[in-house]
Amino acid sequence: MPKSFSRIGIYLGGLVMAFPFLWMASSSLKNDVEAFATPPTLWPHKPTTINYHHAFALADFPRLFLNSLIVSVAATLLQVFTSGLAGYAFARIQFRGKNILFLMYLATMMVPLQVIVVPLFLEMRALNLIDSYWALILPSIATAFGVFLIRQAMLTIPKELEEAAVLDGANHWKIFRHVAVPLCGPSFATLGILSFLATWNSFLWPLIAIYSPEKMTLPLGLANLHGEHNADWPLIMAGTTLAVIPVTIVYFILQKQITQSFLTTGIK
Amino acid sequence: MTKRNSTAVAALFVAPSFIPIASFFILPMFGAFYVSFHNWDLLSPAKWVGIKNFTMLLHDRTFYHSLKNTLIFIAGYLPLVYILGLGAALLLNRKFKGNSFFRAIYFLPTVTSWVVVALLWKWILNPQGGLVNSALHTIGITGPGWWTSKSWAMVSVILPSAWKDLGLVMLILLAGLQSIPNDLKEAAALDGATRFQIFRRITMPLLTPATFFVLVVSLINNFQVFDQIYLMTSGGPEGATEVIVQQIYKNSFDYGRMGYASAMSLVLFIIIMTFTLIQIRLQKRWVHYA
Repeated sequence: MPKSFSRIGIYLGGLVMAFPFLWMASSSLKNDVEAFATPPTLWPHKPTTINYHHAFALADFPRLFLNSLIVSVAATLLQVFTSGLAGYAFARIQFRGKNILFLMYLATMMVPLQVIVVPLFLEMRALNLIDSYWALILPSIATAFGVFLIRQAMLTIPKELEEAAVLDGANHWKIFRHVAVPLCGPSFATLGILSFLATWNSFLWPLIAIYSPEKMTLPLGLANLHGEHNADWPLIMAGTTLAVIPVTIVYFILQKQITQSFLTTGIK
Repeated sequence: MTKRNSTAVAALFVAPSFIPIASFFILPMFGAFYVSFHNWDLLSPAKWVGIKNFTMLLHDRTFYHSLKNTLIFIAGYLPLVYILGLGAALLLNRKFKGNSFFRAIYFLPTVTSWVVVALLWKWILNPQGGLVNSALHTIGITGPGWWTSKSWAMVSVILPSAWKDLGLVMLILLAGLQSIPNDLKEAAALDGATRFQIFRRITMPLLTPATFFVLVVSLINNFQVFDQIYLMTSGGPEGATEVIVQQIYKNSFDYGRMGYASAMSLVLFIIIMTFTLIQIRLQKRWVHYA
C-alpha cells in the first residue's frame, strides 16, 4: 500500500471515529428547528445554550457525577487493595489449598454478570441494600480478574529481592508493602484504570439495583433523561456531551497508560 | 517460616478478596441454580417446581427467537468489527507523526459509556432529522426507518457496536502485528514476495493468536449483548432485536418470573461455555503459535 493511500485511510478513519462526537456537541448547541433541518448544518448558525439549561433543570448533573465518582472511586480503591493482597499471596506465599483456591478464583472469571444478576438482585434485596451505593460497590470490592492480573505481575519479582528482605528481618507484610507493591506499579495502574472505567460505564447492574434519581449514576441518569424526553434530541445530546467532556479530558491526558492497560490485559 | 504459620498469613492476605467474591459471585452462582428450580415472583414465597422452568424454556418460541436474534447480531457484528479493526491496525502499524493521536481517536468510543454511544447513534440514525437520513435526503435519497423499522433495526444496533469496539480489536491486533519479527518479512521480500503475498503468508498466519483472542472474547461478550439494544430499540420493533439478556431482564424485572429468568441465564451460560470450548478445541487447526 503506497504511503499516501494509507495516510488518506487514517484520516478518513479518524473522521468516522471522531465525527459522531463533534455532531453530538454541535446538535447540543442547536435550537429545535435547526437540529432537525435538512440539509443538516455542520455547526449551528445561531448557537444556543438553552439545551444545557434544560438538561441541568431536568437532571441533577452534579449529583449524577458525584454518584458515579463515589461509586467508581470506592470500587477502584477497594479492588486495587484486595487484588494486591491476594495477588501477593498467590504469587509469593506457599500455603495449603493454594492451587484449589486459585482455580476457584479463575472459575468465577468465566461467570458472566448476566448469569448472576437475578440472584445478586435477590441477595441485595434480602440485605436491604437495593437502591443504595452499597448495592453498586459491594460486588466490585474484589474481582478474580484483578487478583489474577496482580498475581501475574508479582510472579515476575526476582526471588533474590525477597530473600534479601527476609535476611533483613522483613515479614510478608513488609515485603508486600516495600518490595512487591512498588515493583508492580504499572500493573496496579492498569487495574485501577480498568476497574474505574468498568464501574463508571456499567449500566445493567445499576439499572437493576438503583431506582431513585438521587442515587443514580451518570449512565443511568442519562438513560432516565432519554426515557422521559425521548424526542428532544438536542436536550439529550446536551446531556451526553456533559457526560463525555470530563471523561474525554482525562482520557487524553492518560491516553498512553489507558491504551497500554487494555493491551497488557488483552493479550496475556 | 513454617508452613502452618504462612497459611495463617496467607489467609489474612486472601480474605479481603475471598469474602466478597464468595458472597457476590459464588453464592449468586449457586443461587441461580436454586432459583431456577422454583417459581418466584418476589410477592409470595418461592415454590419448588423441579425442572419445569427448563422444560418450559425448551418450548418457548420467544426464547428461540431471542437466541436466533443474538446469533444474527453476532454474525453481523463480528466480521464487521474484525475487518474494521484489522484495517485500522494495519494502517496504524507504522511510525509517523500523529500516530498515537489517531490511535487515541480510534479508541475513544471504546472507553465511552454505552449509554452515550447508544443515544448518540440513535440520534444520528433518527428517521426524521437524523444526520444520515438528512444527508441522504439532500442528495435525493429517502433513507430507511433505521431503528424504527423491523428490517433495519438489527443493522442500526450492529453499526454502533462495531464502531464502538473496533478500537479495542485494533489495539489487540496491533500488539499482534508488533510481535511479528521484521526480518521474516524482509527475508520474504528479498525472495521476491509481493506485499500481498507477505500479508497472506506471513502477517495473517502470525496474527492468528491475536485473532483467536478477539474471537473468544467477542463471542463471550456479545452473547450477552444488552445495553445498546435496551437503549436503542428495547428489543423492538415487533421483537426484531429481542436478544437473550433482554429476555432475562424482562422475565425477571417486568414479569416477576425470577425462576424462569434464572433458568434462562443458566442456559445462556451453558451456550457461552460450549462455544468457548469448541473454539479452544478448534484452535489447533488454524492458530499458529510462533
